[in-house]
Amino acid sequence: MTEISLPRIAVADAGPKAAPSAPFIEIESLSLFYGASKALKNISVTLGEKVVTAFIGPSGCGKSTLLRCLNRMNDLIDSVRIDGAVKIGGHDIYGPDVDVIELRKRVGMVFQKSNPFPKSIYENVAYGLRLHGVKNKSELAAAVEKSLQQSALWDEVKDRLHSSALGLSGGQQQRLCIARAIAIRPEIILMDEPASALDPLATARIEELILELKKDFTIVIVTHNMQQAARISDFTAFFYIGELIEFDHTAKIFTNPAKKQTEDYVTGRFG
Amino acid sequence: MENHFEMGLDALRQKILLMASRAETAVNESVQALVQRDYDLALRVREDDNLIDQFEVEIDEMAIVLLTKAPLASNLRLVTVAMKVSQNLERIGDEATKIAKRARDLAQEPPVKINLDVNRMAGLSLAMVKEALDAFVHRDSAAARALIPRDKEVDALNKEIHQQLAQHMMANPDTIARCLHWIVASKSLERIADHAKNIAEEVVFLCEAQDIRHPAAKAAGSAPG
Repeated sequence: MTEISLPRIAVADAGPKAAPSAPFIEIESLSLFYGASKALKNISVTLGEKVVTAFIGPSGCGKSTLLRCLNRMNDLIDSVRIDGAVKIGGHDIYGPDVDVIELRKRVGMVFQKSNPFPKSIYENVAYGLRLHGVKNKSELAAAVEKSLQQSALWDEVKDRLHSSALGLSGGQQQRLCIARAIAIRPEIILMDEPASALDPLATARIEELILELKKDFTIVIVTHNMQQAARISDFTAFFYIGELIEFDHTAKIFTNPAKKQTEDYVTGRFG
Repeated sequence: MENHFEMGLDALRQKILLMASRAETAVNESVQALVQRDYDLALRVREDDNLIDQFEVEIDEMAIVLLTKAPLASNLRLVTVAMKVSQNLERIGDEATKIAKRARDLAQEPPVKINLDVNRMAGLSLAMVKEALDAFVHRDSAAARALIPRDKEVDALNKEIHQQLAQHMMANPDTIARCLHWIVASKSLERIADHAKNIAEEVVFLCEAQDIRHPAAKAAGSAPG
């Protein structure tokens, strides 16, 4: 069984200065099966609130699968079966009384490929708000502006809010998707390789944005880019073939990992 | 939007400046203790060396974390140069400690009746340290290059003081132990100027991406593989 808890002790001053926040996302003995195949093997880990946690590991290690467990996106796949529990703020999100729509409002998601709706920039951000019952125009406008400001896109689009979102660059589209995700004020934002299809400049903007957003949101990000994990995350979890191998302060993972497999992966010896 | 990596670099620069300020104070006070025969001040300088050592450890930790974020080009040079600058500052602190140790011993003995230009040498060495750090802060390659030849002036002064002390020892064998303390202190001041020169060379590398150390070795060709 792989059971790793949020480290309580700062890493000899090399780690992030902020102490780990209170447990927020508790993953307990979680296993996931695609049919007969076990993709996640008894994973236990606790993630903090308003910090960035990176999931790293080679392709097929289960990091995206685990990410999708956090807002029950895997429910959409028929052959998936899950054992164990995922608690957010102390409540099991796989409990019988859980409203999945409400859960996904609390736990937003941004994908590898930006996926704006074929609507205006404004409507993309307002969409979720309308869906959740916001009708007042000035309230909508204020929320759209706030989300675009927070996603560092406002200055670039404020004069063309009613133009098609599909006319934006790839990096802008991805920031729009982040604006859309944060418009409904989720507590958690899941990001599945949000910058892997972007050029270095657009990637840098997304990374800066993530560092700003963690003041208000808890962020869990899957990335193949280890330097990106080092730049933006406070904690890093390393996965290998469905197992959580190591979880610690990011600085510790990238300077002195405890497990040989982690060392081998971050130094490029396998993966 | 703030650039968080730049903020990390700024924090590193600030830490180096704090360390530099400590190291300069240590050199100043050690020379003061030596010249004014201040036993208590000499002891204090030795105790404070731990603080400078701690700075070196902290700067290395900050730099290593920054290196994990894969800085490139001038940012990469800045982080690696910062580590070398802090190492040189730590050595400057060690030299100040050596001077303070000799100052402590000399303060307990009768003074040697000889007129040594230690103040001038200390002034030259400290000015080199200060200007090397200014060049680092302002990324002023020209200032760093201008500084490097001044090390020879300090070397010459050290040699002069050494000769004066050698003559004095021959003439006054009872002062040999005390004169040896002065020789060590003078050598430490000369080493401080060497470290300032090292920092200046690093500043040139930072600004120009050009390694100007050891020109003779370079002229001789690459090291055997």
